[in-house]
Amino acid sequence: MPIWMLLAVFFALLILTGLTVYQSQFDLGNAEIWLSLTIATVKAALVILFFMHLLWDKPLNAIVILGSLIFVALFLGFTLMDAEGYRENLIYKSTVKASQPGAKGDEIDN
Amino acid sequence: MSVADRPIVSPASGEGAAYPEHHFLNHTSGFLSWALTLDHKRIGLMYLVGVMSSFALGGMFALMIRLHLWNFKDGWLSNQTYNQVFTLHGAIMVFLFIIPSIPAALGNFLLPIMLGTKDVAFPRLNLGSFYLWVTGLVLFLTALSITGLDTGWTFYTPYSIETQKGGAVLAATFGVFVLGFSSIFTGLNFIVTINTMRPPGMTWFRMPLFLWATYATSIIQVLATPVLGITVLLLSAERLLGIGIFDPKLNGDPVTFQHFFWFYSHPAVYIMILPAMGIISELMSVHCHKGIFGYRMIAYSSVAIALFGFLVWGHHMFTSGMADVTTIVFSALTFTVSIPSAIKVFNWLGTMYQGTVSLNTPMLYALAFIFLFTIGGLTGLPLGALALDMHMHDTYFVVAHFHYVMMGGTLVAFLGGLFHWWPKMTGKMFNDNVGMISAAIVFVGFNLTFLPQFVLGTRGMPRRYATYLEEFQDLHRLSTIGSLTLGIGLLVALLVLLHSLFYGRRAPTNPWGGATLEWVCSSPPPHDNFATAPTVGDPYDFNGIEYDAKQGGYVKKA
Amino acid sequence: MTAIQETAHESEHAQDHHHDHPAWLAHHFDDAEQQFDAGKLGMWLFLVTEVLFFSGMFCAYSLYRNRDPQVFEFCSRFLNEKLGAINTGVLLFSSLTMAWAVRAAQLKQHKLLVGMLGATLGCAAMFLGVKAVEYSHKWELGLFPGKFYVSQIPGAAHGEHGYLGSLCIVPLILTIIAGVYYIYSLATMSKFHQQVAGPILVAGACFFGGVQLGRILEAEETTHHAAEHAAHEHSPGASHDHSQDHSAGELLPEKEGGEVIALGHKSIEDVKVMSEELKTPDASVNQKSMAGLFFSIYYCMTGVHAVHIIGGMLVITWLIVKAAREEFHDQYFGPVDNVGLYWHLVDFIWIYLFPLLYLIT
Repeated sequence: MPIWMLLAVFFALLILTGLTVYQSQFDLGNAEIWLSLTIATVKAALVILFFMHLLWDKPLNAIVILGSLIFVALFLGFTLMDAEGYRENLIYKSTVKASQPGAKGDEIDN
Repeated sequence: MSVADRPIVSPASGEGAAYPEHHFLNHTSGFLSWALTLDHKRIGLMYLVGVMSSFALGGMFALMIRLHLWNFKDGWLSNQTYNQVFTLHGAIMVFLFIIPSIPAALGNFLLPIMLGTKDVAFPRLNLGSFYLWVTGLVLFLTALSITGLDTGWTFYTPYSIETQKGGAVLAATFGVFVLGFSSIFTGLNFIVTINTMRPPGMTWFRMPLFLWATYATSIIQVLATPVLGITVLLLSAERLLGIGIFDPKLNGDPVTFQHFFWFYSHPAVYIMILPAMGIISELMSVHCHKGIFGYRMIAYSSVAIALFGFLVWGHHMFTSGMADVTTIVFSALTFTVSIPSAIKVFNWLGTMYQGTVSLNTPMLYALAFIFLFTIGGLTGLPLGALALDMHMHDTYFVVAHFHYVMMGGTLVAFLGGLFHWWPKMTGKMFNDNVGMISAAIVFVGFNLTFLPQFVLGTRGMPRRYATYLEEFQDLHRLSTIGSLTLGIGLLVALLVLLHSLFYGRRAPTNPWGGATLEWVCSSPPPHDNFATAPTVGDPYDFNGIEYDAKQGGYVKKA
Repeated sequence: MTAIQETAHESEHAQDHHHDHPAWLAHHFDDAEQQFDAGKLGMWLFLVTEVLFFSGMFCAYSLYRNRDPQVFEFCSRFLNEKLGAINTGVLLFSSLTMAWAVRAAQLKQHKLLVGMLGATLGCAAMFLGVKAVEYSHKWELGLFPGKFYVSQIPGAAHGEHGYLGSLCIVPLILTIIAGVYYIYSLATMSKFHQQVAGPILVAGACFFGGVQLGRILEAEETTHHAAEHAAHEHSPGASHDHSQDHSAGELLPEKEGGEVIALGHKSIEDVKVMSEELKTPDASVNQKSMAGLFFSIYYCMTGVHAVHIIGGMLVITWLIVKAAREEFHDQYFGPVDNVGLYWHLVDFIWIYLFPLLYLIT
């Protein structure tokens, strides 16, 4: 890997870091998390493709690491989907508790 | 002359030219030559001794449970001790025995030889993985003996956070963490070895099916075990620092713990059963002296089971308060696993069709496996069905189901594989007749133990209870008698193997007529397995492999 | 069969048998390419396990952020954005030097290789130095995980000090040892020892450089906050005064439960507006079961990440020793490449941790 490429990737990463810090100063609501995650993913891709040489590596290694992300997605996806689903039940119960005096630690419902 | 006519145990002395003067067992000697060995065969044997000892310990606890349940009340253990005993039984059997049993013991020994290589890709990592296993064992024994773990092997929160046995939970979770890494490194080693070190001529579809199964197992070990690592790490942080991620008192979510835990532990079920299926594929083909039926389908189904295994973990949690929609999705996905499993069973039966079956100890264990695994698999279907599981959850039906799969499946296949490869590992033949008797006793004892438990479960007997209603007593007693029978059968099997070490005749290079590479190596194999990587062909081509009475084994005739 | 027996015989005389094997090629590999491919695939698989290992914590993060976004907004304020950004830069730079080190190893630039590995080690130490300041500052404020979390009261006196000092003890000892080692290497005029001791000593210095940098920036932040608080003293709200009456380290007592619940029934928007107006931690968020949970996740994620940095520093030190012996060349640079992969993964994870933890608005 030529030195200019190493340096170019490094400065691109720095600029993206600056960008993500800069964008965090504005209140973009829901879009914010997605924007910062997109920037992070671009940075991660730069690191993986260039610093980790995946661009020139055997395809198997790329399949291995990308495959692992599928399983991460599976794990997070199912778990979050489920948590989202049963939260209603939790809120129902905690509201019942909260209406009793002295209940604490149950403020899931705001 | 057909193969079946020939005696497997040859009357000839068997001291043919095949028996090597130098082999891995006498290559070097002394304690350190074993303790610091990088030889995959010695590491495999050390694992074998280790997992068998753990099995004996776990089995002892199982018998304690069964004897306690002889009477419907006032068993010989206190309730607290009973809780600890079933926890120990489960945790030892799962983490110390079943998960490392086939991959780490038999797999370590066989994988490089079947591949025609000198060793696994990372021999030091392999030894390190063994010592991690030993460390895990020590931590576990500490947890068990000093403070007494009583959470069940699943460490469910919030009980595992609240129980007074804090030290035990910490030691055990740390033990699980370490054992997890041992398992990861074994799997990682196997994947790399299979991917990069196959000899010339061995394409993916010329690999023995045991290697396919091991490969699929290793994928699961690498992908799922880290999640167990972080789960138990967070659980210990929970105990030490009160982080609250799983603690409802601190607004944490205990159901999440179950998600984390079963994301590993369901695929772990396939870590346990897949290598067993690999063994059966080998045994069926070799002892029927007939090429395996549906090679590609068996190979693909191994990988399919490994991948589907990641989609179904929620079926352990139907009654945990999961969202309705998730339970339905998981229930539906659960049924997909039955397809590749059934493919395997049909292919094994297809292999037997018109084969010349040699009815010997390994084959008898293999047949027992097919019978027991089929029952275990089919009783999994009602449990996967959401509506039925709501009633069956945490009953003896579940206990019977997973014992049919884990014990009737994995353990029986492990024993079959052990008898099958014992001559290769030790260079000694065992007494086949007594071996077959052990298989018969194990089979009868096993069914006697666990068939009544299906009935108990459907009648509403909950698992993990120290006392029960009097009406269940007869079935429980039947089960206890069965467990003692099973214990005797296993003891006979052990004695047959030990006897062979001292009095067994020398094993020929190829006692069963197998065509895979390990049967080309001498028994026991030399230190470096092969001088140069051998060229290989079809692992299930039995043409020209004929019995040679002088050697007491099979030889390849051109 | 006889051929195999002969092999068994021969293998005892390993040197005869492996005469075609150079020392850096393990005996069970056929050639350098097979060894390199095996090592590399093994490393990628290990990285897969790392990714899945961290995924558990990312799962907990998304679960609780999704459930209580206001907690994350509130708590993120206690994280110093500047320090996070600096650390990101430091790690990115260490990734650059690591990638450069791989290049140097391939080109047999031995001195450059030692220099690049030393720079990576130094960056890692500096990262930890900054992290030490961050951690100790939070502990002084009582921002502990889970059940040890201390409810925050603006303007209240900070708790215990001295955490930073205790965090520095081990690095200090290690730096002193490195210094002694360096003096020894100078005394013996050993090039090899100088090449090993130099980078380690520099790394020790970098740690304390990081600590110093962190302290300066943290101090700036604190004065900035203090000014803000002073401004808000003049607009006291009822609720503000109220919560100031309570001593630090307590949940709102039972008798005030009514108020907690009243707050609990307000919508997220109300809570946000309130806390924006008052710059006061909202009672429903500022407690062990809410903010405490955030800090649990924060410490777990950054703590496990820091453990990986320490592990990386150990293997980089091992590489420096090997590099000083000039062991690497174009046929054998697998260890540098593989440690590089690991190091980039540590960077990779930080790339996600930084915006997820520090940059929540």
